[in-house]
Amino acid sequence: MMTHIPPNEGLLLAAILFLLGLIGVMTRRNIIYILMCIEIMLNACGLAFVSAGAKWMQADGQVMFIFILAMAAAEVSVGLALILQMHNQHKSVDVNVLNQLKD
Amino acid sequence: MNVIFYIASIIAIMATIMVITGRNAVHSLLFLTVSLLAVGVVFFTLGAPFMAALEVIIYAGAIMVLFVFVVMMLNLGKAYEKMEESWFSYKAWLGPGILCVILLGELIYVFTVTKGSSQPLTVITPQEVGMSLFGPYILGVELAAMLLMAGIIGAYHIGRKKQKEYHRFLQKEEESV
Repeated sequence: MMTHIPPNEGLLLAAILFLLGLIGVMTRRNIIYILMCIEIMLNACGLAFVSAGAKWMQADGQVMFIFILAMAAAEVSVGLALILQMHNQHKSVDVNVLNQLKD
Repeated sequence: MNVIFYIASIIAIMATIMVITGRNAVHSLLFLTVSLLAVGVVFFTLGAPFMAALEVIIYAGAIMVLFVFVVMMLNLGKAYEKMEESWFSYKAWLGPGILCVILLGELIYVFTVTKGSSQPLTVITPQEVGMSLFGPYILGVELAAMLLMAGIIGAYHIGRKKQKEYHRFLQKEEESV
């Protein structure tokens, strides 16, 4: 398989996906969408690691992607539990409801 | 291989745009799954087949299933779509959108100025990844295990429904309050 990969396109794709996720986090008010956009950003970070690892021909990038994967799994389980609690207590998924420290 | 890379990246970007502009949570989740699968194809073209498999199994499989279950449990109906419509006004996304487009322009500039030479594709085998993972990175693996354990316990503790138990005489007062 003697094909050539472009050097920077993978990193560029990672940057575009990360910024799309960032726009989502900043603009959406539904907490489910915010969590999804955080997933997009984490995935873009993993893509940046893997493409950097491919660029320098090292396995470390893929090792980092495995760590990001484990971190994303832990993060999403806790985040979804928090969403369920929020829906139980406030009957809403709007983050602007959560503007009080005390109920 | 290059053509596959470009097609997959365009699919990933389009699907991600559909995710962040979507109204219906389930539709957005399906687009997010498509985006993750496209990123998996990108991994494959970058010479990381093991990562492509993990992306499909863990991200597009396990994590998305968690999301779908939670969205089904919340059971948001048509009323929420209307509410989304009102939240997603053009005033809300214009400012962050412009700022992010500026950032993106800077990044594109950086990546085009530092023109690297394209090198032949080298496939990094799972064997090398495993040797590295359980060699120099063994501490990180143990920390990840502890993090996952903490995640399980935290999710169980937070997600549990609090049982409210009152005395039956006090219960009426509590309801009236």
